[in-house]
Amino acid sequence: MVTRKDDTILFDRPPVIAAWAAAGGKKEGEGPLAKAFDLLVQDASFAGEGCANWEQAESLLQQKAAAACLRKGGVSRKEIDLVLAGDLQAQCTASNYALRALGAPYAGVYGACSTMAETLALAACLAAGGMARQLLAMTSSHFCAAERQFRTPLVYGAKRTPTAQWTATAAGACLLRAPGQRGVRVRSVTFGRVQDYAVRDINNMGAAMMPAAASTLLRYFAASGTEPADFDAVFTGDLGAVGSALLGEQMAREGVPLPNHRDCGCLLYDAACQDVQAGGSGAGCSAAVLCAQILPALQRGDLRRVLLVATGALMSQTTFLQGESIPGIAHCVELERGEDA
Amino acid sequence: MKLQPNEYARMVQRASPPSAVGRDCLWAFFVGGGICLLGEVLRQFFLRWYDAPMAGTLTSIALIFLSAVCTVAGWYQKLAAKAGAGTLVPITGFANSVVSPAVEFKAEGWVPGTGARIFAIAGPVIAYGTAASAAWGVLYWLLGKVG
Repeated sequence: MVTRKDDTILFDRPPVIAAWAAAGGKKEGEGPLAKAFDLLVQDASFAGEGCANWEQAESLLQQKAAAACLRKGGVSRKEIDLVLAGDLQAQCTASNYALRALGAPYAGVYGACSTMAETLALAACLAAGGMARQLLAMTSSHFCAAERQFRTPLVYGAKRTPTAQWTATAAGACLLRAPGQRGVRVRSVTFGRVQDYAVRDINNMGAAMMPAAASTLLRYFAASGTEPADFDAVFTGDLGAVGSALLGEQMAREGVPLPNHRDCGCLLYDAACQDVQAGGSGAGCSAAVLCAQILPALQRGDLRRVLLVATGALMSQTTFLQGESIPGIAHCVELERGEDA
Repeated sequence: MKLQPNEYARMVQRASPPSAVGRDCLWAFFVGGGICLLGEVLRQFFLRWYDAPMAGTLTSIALIFLSAVCTVAGWYQKLAAKAGAGTLVPITGFANSVVSPAVEFKAEGWVPGTGARIFAIAGPVIAYGTAASAAWGVLYWLLGKVG
């Protein structure tokens, strides 16, 4: 039923993603994917809905994505066996409070910006193993909550470097079901290994995370006996322009060029006119691109088989200030259009 | 993987676009100069009624006040995103560095939030500025003894 090759877990009977939803803020609504979002808000502070701070706002954004996903899947929250969720806030509080409202069984997951692929991969394993019939995998990030935690106050006057990335105000939720049902199939998952190539620049996360993406991809291709040409697209999560260029260079050196590579951080915004420097980032970035672009394209048949390799930078503000380098991780999920999707 | 940390550092350097130094410097020069010009206009205005030391003090107070207002309105951050050091170096930048955490951390309450974190950015400047002035004071006193 399940085959393991090196780090890759292949599902003979693949679990499916039956429904999904993406929610985003104002800047995301001005980007190229605006039309594909299930929910866009002009005021991501949600002050009109009683939110007193950015942390509550992010939690509400995640709740809205979850509600939209459940609605699209035609299930009630009582029918969910487990929710796997995470975000960038310390102790994953955006998810914790979202789940306080949702009330379903919950396991918190932290993988920084790789969280969407991580929760998806874990949920797929549990669904394939018969441990849960219906699961939610979801993540969020909020520019304002992330800035105040990782960088400086919002109204502090600082200049961004050209290599910096913009934390997306976005959330994505996926409803997974046990094998044999309608939906986009999760063919395999590969949990990444932490890679650290001594990048210390917190304003160049794409560079810090690239080795993790390359490492996971190389292991996946070797284990599965596939090559990039077998896929319509290879999506990385949040390498941005700098990390994407580096990935192209490294994969070519390894003899596995990636002509069909696309990056969620470069897809969510129009870097030429949205002032996001090297592109988008944040746990919600790959989640939103997955739910607004990749999964709908698989459902329509525009894409048939893709890889999603979401990358995360696993430092904290403390380790950064202590001079530690930035460890990266990348988890890979292989998605395929179901014949009946 | 065919990759070593030291060679990766070179790859990263090649792949990372540098800041547009020329454009950034022009922005910093004109915005920073503009703030100083505003200060001089204010000083000349105050000199109509006050002597030079008092006019200078009032100018500083006025610039700090204007910076605080612009910070709270979110304008200072927008200007600084372009002007960089042009908005950081003048006294208005220091005011922005105090007002911005005060506003930001109000969400955690007046005492543990605003009170505790108001100097989160300006604190090092104040701490080491005070220490440097104390050290210079001792040196100045010693020089007086010798001279």
